[in-house]
Amino acid sequence: MALKVDHVSYIYDPDAPLSHKALDDISLTIPEGQFIGVIGHTGSGKSTLMQHLNGLVKATSGHIYFNGRDIDARDFDKKELRSKVGLVFQYPEHQLFEADVFSDVCFGPKNLGLEREEVERRAREALIRVGVPKELYDQSPFELSGGQKRRVAIAGVLAMQPEILILDEPTAGLDPRGRREILDQIRQLQTQTHITILLVSHSMDDVAEYVDRIIVMNGGKIVYDDIPRRIFRRYRELEKMGLGAPQVTYILHTLKESGLPVDTDITTIQEAADSIMQAISSSPSNVC
Amino acid sequence: MSIVKTRNLIYEYVKRDEEGNEDGVIRAVNDVSLGIRQGDFIAVVGHNGSGKSTLAKHMNAILQPTQGTVWVDGMDTRQEENIWDIRQRAGMVFQNPDNQIIGQVVEEDVGFGPENLGVPTEEIWKRVEESLRAVGMYQFRSHSPNRLSGGQKQRVSIAGVLAMRPRCIVLDEPTAMLDPSGRSEVIRAVRELNQTEKVTVILITHYMEEVIYADRVYVMDKGRIAMEGTPREIFSRVEELQGLRLDVPQVTLLAHELKKRGLDLPDGILTTPELVQALTERG
Repeated sequence: MALKVDHVSYIYDPDAPLSHKALDDISLTIPEGQFIGVIGHTGSGKSTLMQHLNGLVKATSGHIYFNGRDIDARDFDKKELRSKVGLVFQYPEHQLFEADVFSDVCFGPKNLGLEREEVERRAREALIRVGVPKELYDQSPFELSGGQKRRVAIAGVLAMQPEILILDEPTAGLDPRGRREILDQIRQLQTQTHITILLVSHSMDDVAEYVDRIIVMNGGKIVYDDIPRRIFRRYRELEKMGLGAPQVTYILHTLKESGLPVDTDITTIQEAADSIMQAISSSPSNVC
Repeated sequence: MSIVKTRNLIYEYVKRDEEGNEDGVIRAVNDVSLGIRQGDFIAVVGHNGSGKSTLAKHMNAILQPTQGTVWVDGMDTRQEENIWDIRQRAGMVFQNPDNQIIGQVVEEDVGFGPENLGVPTEEIWKRVEESLRAVGMYQFRSHSPNRLSGGQKQRVSIAGVLAMRPRCIVLDEPTAMLDPSGRSEVIRAVRELNQTEKVTVILITHYMEEVIYADRVYVMDKGRIAMEGTPREIFSRVEELQGLRLDVPQVTLLAHELKKRGLDLPDGILTTPELVQALTERG
């Protein structure tokens, strides 16, 4: 078990008259090797929870255990935690600053106090993992395309060799292909290295397609925690929380209401197409 | 008459290396000629770096053409004396709502634009009320913008532009940072403005689902207009769009997949009811 959140609450300005519970009694287990999606409307507490997981914010009450040890214990090394739980913020390319791509990715591991050879080995490996071609290593990171910049920023966190990687909306502002490329790369990284990934996203289509488990946050609480199919069955409840289901799910519900016996638990286009074909062939006269 | 018109628009900028020396010229917009009619809803799509934001910034004179001409409501954007009139006719809304809101109270923020134009106080209040009502934010008029959701903030930004009484509003990825309900709030408000207030809308977006409401779509690639047509015409060309790093709405993609599996369906299905109908009729 990698990370355990035990009855964590977080209150902004606890003494102020407008004090606000950003996290409300959160308990959660994140085992090794899972690909987890985190959804919730703006202000639901997702980012606050993520910042707790690598010790950037300290819980008002409750505990967080990393590999069984309380991260707020006096003898716990927070610096090590931050290298083990890597956090990639929204628009991470705003944090690129070195003169060339390779130096930028070296920055993190260098700060860990590693030998130069090891730093460079890690940087190279991280850049390969996110699919940045060698020709770009010497270029200024500011001259890259939006998608490439973002890969470099992710590589910078990967080079710390985290056990858990948290990505806060890694595809915001990218064009559709760029979005898919980044997510495909993240999935490949996950299957190859079995790193635990938490993907914070506003795109229901993306989480439905990529993750194994979805955590839904609302009002500082975890309201659902389940596999995608079962999460999106509750699309009406999700809509009330400012969320929804993938487009495909809505289409399938409408088809079913029109009399076509399709599987409404489906969340991806390919599965939907198969289900519709099957429904049509099994009941050719039954279409509406 | 066109509200926005460009003729052979070219925009170039000089790329510089670390020492500030010239390191080549980049042509971000390459020979674009288009005319947008008053009252139209236009969508502009294109991959990152295709030139769509650069093109948009010409529509309210933030940028001036290197070559060619841009007219907004008949005014040439290169003429210095036109700039304030142009910015009043064509308002702009950007991606990040937090960078666009300055007032401590919603109605104060919305009144900022007309106040700067020297509009009399009574008229300002009238405009603030009308603009906030138009985007469905009137009940929040005395709130602090800080406490609003992303979608609400973005609607306040749009009201701020509306209070200038523009004839045209250019929105550069207004929903990129919003959650699903924020996204649909903003798109609903924008469509409403177009339909009831007859404001010309130019929407730049990466979300193909937002494009289906447009009267006309421009697809940009390498600074040029690569495709142009109604949403149905554009989204019939699934593979071509994917080649341009874009996508089609999920319904359209599903219909396309079904066709590949041998079903006889029309091209360019844009909505769920259309798909249901097409599946019904073939049976």
